[in-house]
Amino acid sequence: MANPLYGRDIISISELTRPEIELVLDTAKRLKEHPDHTLLKDRVIASCFFEASTRTRLSFETSIHRLGGQVIGFSDASNTSMSKKGETFADTIRIITSYADALVMRHPQEGAARLAAEVSKVPVINAGDGSNQHPSQTLLDLFTIFETQGRLDNLSIAFVGDLKYGRTVHSLAQALCHFGAKLHFVAPKQLAMPDYLVDELKEKGLVCEFHDSIEEILPELDILYMTRVQRERFDESEYHSIASKFILRAATLRDAKKNLKVLHPLPRIDEITQDVDDTPYAYYFQQAANGVFAREALLALVMNEEV
Amino acid sequence: MSDTEKKDYGTLKVEAIRNGSVIDHIPAGRALQILRHFKILRQAATEQIPITVGLNLSSNRSGTKDIIKIGDYFLDQKQVNQLAFLAPGSTINIIKDYKVVEKLRPSLPERVTGVFACPNANCITNRENTVDTCFTVYESKGEVMMKCHYCEKAFSQDIVCKNLK
Repeated sequence: MANPLYGRDIISISELTRPEIELVLDTAKRLKEHPDHTLLKDRVIASCFFEASTRTRLSFETSIHRLGGQVIGFSDASNTSMSKKGETFADTIRIITSYADALVMRHPQEGAARLAAEVSKVPVINAGDGSNQHPSQTLLDLFTIFETQGRLDNLSIAFVGDLKYGRTVHSLAQALCHFGAKLHFVAPKQLAMPDYLVDELKEKGLVCEFHDSIEEILPELDILYMTRVQRERFDESEYHSIASKFILRAATLRDAKKNLKVLHPLPRIDEITQDVDDTPYAYYFQQAANGVFAREALLALVMNEEV
Repeated sequence: MSDTEKKDYGTLKVEAIRNGSVIDHIPAGRALQILRHFKILRQAATEQIPITVGLNLSSNRSGTKDIIKIGDYFLDQKQVNQLAFLAPGSTINIIKDYKVVEKLRPSLPERVTGVFACPNANCITNRENTVDTCFTVYESKGEVMMKCHYCEKAFSQDIVCKNLK
């Protein structure tokens, strides 16, 4: 029987069941321990980034190469017919996907990946659509959480920073609905988690709490998920007063549990000071490295009936 | 204008239709929007359909209301369901030989396609004009919510319904 992700579009984390998520994580673990260079042999994957990306694009392209596949695509849409000649987005996708066996795409507008999947005849993997979804980031986050905690069920997880526009936070929180969790939200009012999402999480059984500072809840946390407060959303003085409240320093971690790990989707600017890097709690660089394995797993499962 | 005159003006009678549809209890100010949306005016011009429109009439239920009577025109179920958003609380009477043969109340559909623009300015549907918007309708905390199929953002019905395409 084909694996349940074979031939599927991966657009939103909310469309994956718990067994499907676990299948990706198991496969990622297996590929991390035993690399397989044949899973994308003779396959061409289009990697189309309509918006800048470093980690996501490079880790997807690394994954494709490591699985024996080949990459076509672009990392800057300004030189495409869509940008230069006014071709519609849908037509651009129709053409690209007629050349490739799958499409990995990032786009600055929400819903672009869903629309791409509707016009494409080959599987589409969403590598981020505006502030909406980033499912492969969520899978690598879950993989890292499992790797560090040995489980995904009923963890105590704090999200800190920009929870309004942070798609990684939205997607991870939604995925955690499958596993149960106590979620703590630490954010300035202007960047609070959207009400409709909090309602959705509560309806699915997650415990959601709101706090003004990291210290308030640090001693009970298993995972501290930091995000960047985006400077461009505030004027300069407002930014400094807000951002200073959401900075993690090594000293802040004094009362942390031994198993606590600090994660961050990166890039970090100054919300995690460099002295945290030397503590046993810092795990964001390993998290970024895990992106390759989680994306290898996703690609392998989408492109092969059996893995 | 005296109160009596206002009342008379507000309860102005409109001519009965022999066959057709009457949309009553439309929130005041929405009647012309509905006619435009259903493209009834265009059809009326080419097919000589008689239409009576009452605006800002007095209503015991809601203070003021609009009403539309369309001769020889019968709303289909899709149109009736769209009225749940275009004119919440409205009623539709189907008239045959001057008698009401059917009373319809619009009910919330599970999905609404191609009717409203997404309020999220950064949703791809606001850039690609060839794409029909699609919202899933659900209730949360007693409020009707609409979630965009593309950008996955959820809005209250009131916000979405201001964005008629």
